[in-house]
Amino acid sequence: MQSDSAAMRSDTPSSSMSVATAGVGPARTGLMRITSLVIVRDVKLAVRHLDQVLQPLVFFAIVVTLFPLAISPVIDELRKISAGVVWVAAMLASLIALESLFRADVEDGTMEQWVLSGQPLSLLLFSKTITHWLLAGLPLVIAAPIIGTGLGIPVSVWPVLMGTLAIGTGSLSILGAIGAALTVSLRRGSALLALLVLPLEIPVLIFGARVVDLAMHGEPVTGPLNLLAAMLLLFLSLGPLAMAAAMRISVES
Amino acid sequence: MTSNTESEVTAAPRSGSRWLWFHKLSSPPYAFRTAGNLRPWFFWPSLILMAFALYGGLILAPPDYQQKDAFRIIYVHVPSAILSLQVYVVMAVAAAVGLIWRMKLAHALAAAVAPLGAWFTFLCLATGSIYGKPMWGTWWEWEPRLTSELIMLFLYLGFMALRNSFDDLQRADRAAAVLAIVGVVNVPIVKFSVQWWNSLHQGPTFSKLDAPSMTASMAWPWGLMMLAFVLYFAAVTCDRLRSEILRRERNASWLAESLRSR
Amino acid sequence: MNLTEFFAMSGYGAYIWSCYGLTAAVLIFMAWRARSELRAEIVRAQRRVQVAEQRE
Repeated sequence: MQSDSAAMRSDTPSSSMSVATAGVGPARTGLMRITSLVIVRDVKLAVRHLDQVLQPLVFFAIVVTLFPLAISPVIDELRKISAGVVWVAAMLASLIALESLFRADVEDGTMEQWVLSGQPLSLLLFSKTITHWLLAGLPLVIAAPIIGTGLGIPVSVWPVLMGTLAIGTGSLSILGAIGAALTVSLRRGSALLALLVLPLEIPVLIFGARVVDLAMHGEPVTGPLNLLAAMLLLFLSLGPLAMAAAMRISVES
Repeated sequence: MTSNTESEVTAAPRSGSRWLWFHKLSSPPYAFRTAGNLRPWFFWPSLILMAFALYGGLILAPPDYQQKDAFRIIYVHVPSAILSLQVYVVMAVAAAVGLIWRMKLAHALAAAVAPLGAWFTFLCLATGSIYGKPMWGTWWEWEPRLTSELIMLFLYLGFMALRNSFDDLQRADRAAAVLAIVGVVNVPIVKFSVQWWNSLHQGPTFSKLDAPSMTASMAWPWGLMMLAFVLYFAAVTCDRLRSEILRRERNASWLAESLRSR
Repeated sequence: MNLTEFFAMSGYGAYIWSCYGLTAAVLIFMAWRARSELRAEIVRAQRRVQVAEQRE
């Protein structure tokens, strides 16, 4: 127990790696433990570079700001497009954080260790995806109401807005992580990442924006909201497998 | 490199002759020869069928009451649309087979058909846009088929771009295969969501780019043209597949034999 | 129906013929490109075989 906490305090990736593989007893460490170890380690690493964590959030704000400037300052007109703009901005902001999701670990060799470690790679990568959501999705969920006010989104819609974004950004993180795993070994993978991931995210965009739009007109949102949740469940079940397959291919030499 | 051929599914066939055809089929030299032999049987019949379809569609079929002669565009627009989707499925299935059973030939097939599918998608979009101008008055409308075809084009381009980004052909094949599988799972979701999105805003009375209800004389040229397109695609795929096989078989001894016998 | 009417296609001629022309162009290009690529690959492969045989 003591060695575990010592290892967790240190921040080099390999030491937390050995914690994950060393196990508390027999060869296989508990799955929940692995997940939490990865998440805690990633969050700790990210918190050291807080400005990088805030980048997707600032990007989100900037993109939203572009629309009034490009179209019109009239709130009534902006309100009509507000749902869509918020969602598009969220998609793009999610992309920003994806580029560094796996890169550091692949470059310093941690990922190779993970692939060889005998622990379920899909779970390890999924844990990193959860971190991505915590650091890039959740802030958007919280900031969206405030930023959305600039587009005329009324306070009454805030709960629906946040709930939808919470579910939707989960799907965005998973799809994005698959793309990130595919492109992590490429030299200039970031443009390609966008090209691969954005078309796959279109259904999330369609239903997510629709939910917010319906809420703004006071209409029931259950239909598309259920579809959004169903999609998240689908991606949750199949996504980690795709991520792991992609990562194995990217990392093998 | 030669160790790859050992892991290929060309080892001794399993029990009985039931699997023999599969093993033969998955052997690159066999596929190379067979594709070469089959091509003319796809190519020339497809041209003949096209000639008949053109005659039926452009000359015999009477003008439509509403669309007059403009509907004739569907004879090239709809086959392109259907093929653009079917080819993606072929590509994804081939990629999955290649990934799961480590069959180079399957990867070769996926790589072979990808640009063809992209071309059909482009054709569908271009002919759809041209068809749309006299029908709607605009060069583009966000109607369900065109919108989902546009997304399909992005999926094709992504597949080809990912494949081209890898230096190593094997890794390119396998990474692209994962993408193709993820893509094909998403295609029904995308189509459904686009259909849904469109029906919300445009309403069911909005005329899609579909032919008017077809009479018999309108329908048979369409069926013929569809078959002709499929055969044409098969013919071009034969050539493309052979190229992709050659790219993946570096030192195999069968190459010398086969090329000499050309 | 005479030839002029055929080409005019009740006023939609430009649209129809550009569609068919584009389709023909793309189909021809597809086939031609596949063929020339194949020929190039065969030449490349033959060279490889020659080199391999010379080494023996």
